[in-house]
Amino acid sequence: MSVMTYREALNHALREELARDERVFVIGEEVGLYEGAYKVTQGLLKEFGPRRIVDTPIAESGFTGVGIGAAMVGLRPVVEMMTFNFALLALDQIVNSAAKLNYMSGGQFNVPIVIRGPGGPAHQLAAQHSQSMEVYFYHVPGLKVVRPSTPADAKGLLKSAIRDDNPVIFIESETLYNVKGEVPDDADFTIPLGQAAVRREGSDVTVIAYMGMMYRAMEAAEDLAKDGISVEIVDPRTLQPLDSPTILASVRKTHRAVVVEAGAGFAGMGSELSAVITEQAFDDLDAPVERVTGVPAPMPYARNLEKAKTPSKERIVEAVRRVCYANGTGSR
Amino acid sequence: MAVTRVVMPKLSEQMETGKIIKWLKQEGDRVQSGDILAEVETDKADVEMEAFGTGQLRKILVPAGNAAPVGTLIGVIAEPGEDIASVVGQAGGDAAAPAPKAVAAEMASRPAEVPPQPRREDPAARTPSPSAGPAAPDRPVVAPPPAAPAPRPSTAAPTVGPGPSPGAERVKASPLARKIAAQSGVDLRLVQGSGPGGRVVRRDVEAASATPADRSAASAAPVGAEFEDRPLSQMRAVIARRMPLSKAPVPHFYVSSEIAMDRAWTLREELNGLEGQPKISVNDFVVRACALALLQHPGVNASFQGESIRVFHRAHIGIAVALEDGLITPVLRDADTKSIARIAAEARDLAERARVRKLRVPELSGATFSISNLGMLDVTEFSAIINPPEGAILAVGAVRTVPVVTADGLGVGRRMMVTLSCDHRVMDGAMGARFLQDVKRLLEEPLRLLV
Repeated sequence: MSVMTYREALNHALREELARDERVFVIGEEVGLYEGAYKVTQGLLKEFGPRRIVDTPIAESGFTGVGIGAAMVGLRPVVEMMTFNFALLALDQIVNSAAKLNYMSGGQFNVPIVIRGPGGPAHQLAAQHSQSMEVYFYHVPGLKVVRPSTPADAKGLLKSAIRDDNPVIFIESETLYNVKGEVPDDADFTIPLGQAAVRREGSDVTVIAYMGMMYRAMEAAEDLAKDGISVEIVDPRTLQPLDSPTILASVRKTHRAVVVEAGAGFAGMGSELSAVITEQAFDDLDAPVERVTGVPAPMPYARNLEKAKTPSKERIVEAVRRVCYANGTGSR
Repeated sequence: MAVTRVVMPKLSEQMETGKIIKWLKQEGDRVQSGDILAEVETDKADVEMEAFGTGQLRKILVPAGNAAPVGTLIGVIAEPGEDIASVVGQAGGDAAAPAPKAVAAEMASRPAEVPPQPRREDPAARTPSPSAGPAAPDRPVVAPPPAAPAPRPSTAAPTVGPGPSPGAERVKASPLARKIAAQSGVDLRLVQGSGPGGRVVRRDVEAASATPADRSAASAAPVGAEFEDRPLSQMRAVIARRMPLSKAPVPHFYVSSEIAMDRAWTLREELNGLEGQPKISVNDFVVRACALALLQHPGVNASFQGESIRVFHRAHIGIAVALEDGLITPVLRDADTKSIARIAAEARDLAERARVRKLRVPELSGATFSISNLGMLDVTEFSAIINPPEGAILAVGAVRTVPVVTADGLGVGRRMMVTLSCDHRVMDGAMGARFLQDVKRLLEEPLRLLV
């Protein structure tokens, strides 16, 4: 185990996979000479050279298409989006090519590509650069979608994503790059895609959250513990495929669920989780599943408004109290 | 706009349903806020129910003689011509009603000895706006009652008792609550929901299933059968529910003593011979003796509180009064500070009002110790079940004339057996015995009771 930042954990994963498998290469804007807009690819150009670490023009659709084509003929590209919001420019490549070619070619081609980069609300990146981009991808059959919340997950899941034979959307977060945590050194350390993690055990309510919202939920859980409400926190880690057994097991234990997501709630991940829980654990629920989501508005630049748009600890606490029937009265 | 919903009030901690004895106002009568609308029979007493709004009593949804769960809409007060259809239509099917929670919170926040009474509240606050303001605190609708009053109630068959009736409206309950209810045989229609809008949630079912008496099972037997199943009266149901809550979890032990009552008897006859004094009973002596002894033995005047033992500094004595269909234990407060004559007067008043069920709610709880006397029924001795959360109860037998051994040989004496039932979690045998010793001494030297 080493303590390292989330950014370093990603870097280690890339380095290990680049060393392990010569089919792996990194492509994107400023990944080489500049060593990554967020320094995730630091040192890789020097170590692996320009054939493996490829700088591109500002042309997301183009270099994503290059990556998909390379994947079809046997390479394992890791495409970096400087911010995942730019993936909108490559949406046709991702949705219509990467996700569907295996199906449309009758299994003749698979597309083992990883498209990675930061997404979600950060620090005053405003309307166009703060979007929870996962919602655009997990809806598409054929894509896997990963949102790693911790340094260890960042490493273990990125390595699994690179080794996966299908296209994987791997969305990091600007706000987590400097988060430190223990990360296994083992070059064969991976975390399987589709495996949720219980971040905190509890008995009264299950809170499902990932990325920054997971950390906020942990803070809310601390506050709630003082009031005698025991919160279990489940981090799905992979949104597609979703580890519903772990989530359902937790809800069957606590009988209540609150889903937190940073993005606007309508048809969001919270909606999907709520539906899964309601369909499959209905008889175990003692309260409706609550969603705590971002306000449905473009992300404002102003700091105070950015804060107001994003789910707060207080809103998580309130939702938990509601499903525990502990709102206001303090009695449960 | 002043549509006031009249709901079955929660008049005691145990109250789940109340029966309308009679409506003092009829449909069409003018009603002022604070007027007595009806008399309600609860598990313990008959209580007058106040109006919380002013207008015309437009609708009576639960006719006299019928019972309804706490929080059920039982009537509507509004100005003539106001549209009450939506309110009436909501009977039993309301949404977003915070009141049950409010009631629960209120109950929780009140000290046990002061059960809530029907209170006058700001009529405005009792008047929900048509848009169902979340602030309206009295929109209690709980689990719809058995035979929830339908929108056209006057022709509906009246319901008797709290038993379920076919065709009752759907109970709002969480899926988990339904599952647990099905597993434990709890009838959701009899459970008062504490969730939003009266939703029955897990804790409500768990609380109900902790209650062994399945009231729904009390159905009438066929005519001519070998037996009949009589529905539990409200009081019997409460006794049936509460007594196992004492006997099972409270480890009882018993300490008995025989008390020479010769001098007390003589003293009582003397006192009763005095002009203008209330009649004093043997039990009044026992009450006074216990009150004084309790102050000397605070360990007996105590209640088990789970993490602690609450020791009372005042002696509030519950006096068991037998009624036709059960018993009730009105509380004689601060008995240690009261003279025998005052105790006699108060005890008689409490017992008389208990028999006609006119006790006020505060007189029904808060005892720190109880006395049950079956002497008038010629019982020699018996053991009583502790009335939780009290720590002890004294069972008193008859004063008998028996042969006794005296210094001179054999004589005739008056003797009375008493048995103290004690909660072993609170006290031990010796503590109970020492208390009893003092009670005995006070009764055997009864002048001590007068000074």
